[in-house]
Amino acid sequence: MNGFPRGRTAIVGAATFGVGKAPGFEAIELAAMASLHALADAGLRPADVDALFIAQPQDTLAGLTFSDYLGIRPKITDNNRSGGSAFLLHLEHAALALDAGLCDVALIAYGSNQATASGALLQTSRSSAYEAPYQPLRPISAYALAAARHMHQYGTSKRQLAEVAVAARRWAQLNPEAVARDDLSLDSVVNARLVSDPLGVRDCCLVTDGAAAIVLTRADRARHLHPRPAYVLAAAAAVTHSDIASMPDLTVTGAVESGARAYAQAGVRAADIDVVQVYDAFTINTILFLEDLGFCAKGEGGAFVEGGRIAPGGALPVNTSGGGLSYCHPGMFGLFTLVESVRQLRGDAGARQVAGAELALAHANGGVLSSQATAILGSAATL
Amino acid sequence: MLQPDAEYRSFLAAGRFMLQRTAEGRHVFYPRVAEPGTGAALQWVPADGRGSVYSVTVVRAKPPAVQRNVALIDLVEGVRLMSRVDGMASEDVRIGMPVVAKIVVENDVPLLVFVPQVQ
Repeated sequence: MNGFPRGRTAIVGAATFGVGKAPGFEAIELAAMASLHALADAGLRPADVDALFIAQPQDTLAGLTFSDYLGIRPKITDNNRSGGSAFLLHLEHAALALDAGLCDVALIAYGSNQATASGALLQTSRSSAYEAPYQPLRPISAYALAAARHMHQYGTSKRQLAEVAVAARRWAQLNPEAVARDDLSLDSVVNARLVSDPLGVRDCCLVTDGAAAIVLTRADRARHLHPRPAYVLAAAAAVTHSDIASMPDLTVTGAVESGARAYAQAGVRAADIDVVQVYDAFTINTILFLEDLGFCAKGEGGAFVEGGRIAPGGALPVNTSGGGLSYCHPGMFGLFTLVESVRQLRGDAGARQVAGAELALAHANGGVLSSQATAILGSAATL
Repeated sequence: MLQPDAEYRSFLAAGRFMLQRTAEGRHVFYPRVAEPGTGAALQWVPADGRGSVYSVTVVRAKPPAVQRNVALIDLVEGVRLMSRVDGMASEDVRIGMPVVAKIVVENDVPLLVFVPQVQ
């Protein structure tokens, strides 16, 4: 008994807006446009929403701001911030609230103009007093420390990290909405300027604008709102630490825990998943999460991604949008893993469509590998 | 008075690297008002000072800033903290390397760093 309402809620609207550069737009305007598109996708209007889930880059009271902006009177307002994973926690809480009958239509929204906004990059979190004096680049150095440890312990190579970046780029080349679509070679990733060893600039996600939104209802209503609802089969999250120094083992993330609970909720195994999205802020993330979510054994992630295995035409389609590395990264990528999962399950993914995608896994990360959240979505055939 | 953060800093300013420990002998870092997980009381004890590099990264700062290493150090007491290894080139700091604590003053503030252990 895990209590999760497997398949009893579904995503009936999904949209993105302003991906790439959206000069002149405020973050809230981007989030509002994505939300209107997602609601229209389900034939709904803002006033139909009675549960709002949102995390905005700078607005810590966005639950209030956005309700006012769109004309929503939410019964449930969830402004949970766990970093980029927040939107998968929102999904978990939305499914529970919908199933309990506390609300009928849930909107999850996000928008950022970090690439074109004037001034320095927006920082939503800072190093603690016990880390700041050593001037780590936040967040890159924390991921670099994890990568260095993984390389030391398991012999993972910079070339294997580069395989992740090249696979993401090859998917992005099939996605007309993706920001980085020029050719990328393993050599150019390996030899790119170092930022925080062993991670170079091509191991790091993009800096873009962009917004995303999804709309959920209970399953009984979902089929009347969209011909191909994406049913929520599982959503589970874990927190293991805040500062990177407090992470118990830098080669093992909380995805072990969130993934195991999500698989149990959905009643599926890693081998059953047709298409995978993992939050790839840095190349090491994809390797860690593929291991921790059971697609390969611990320490074997580097070898697993070799030879284009996660690229188009490979055995396991991973980050089919192009991911944070090549699709977009407006600061918190989590919601985009859900939108791409929905597009794949609907068969709407164009040239990058994974044939027969019925079961999709989305995984997101927050902080410095601190928060992990896993969701499993399925087509009607998986109910 | 229980102000672990301020107490840690005043120890450091006096040239002492101190850690917190439970009655059962578990050490804790960073300083807290109670043991995580149990809420049990903590007492200050002098740190041994020895440890080893758990992981390390070289931050490639843009000139004129100089590049620096950022390291995670596992202390012999079983706790891990972020610091920096001085006394050698940043590129030469290796995982597993034995190091020992040293208190330096940087920007008028006492700072805990590590240097290679003399074998």
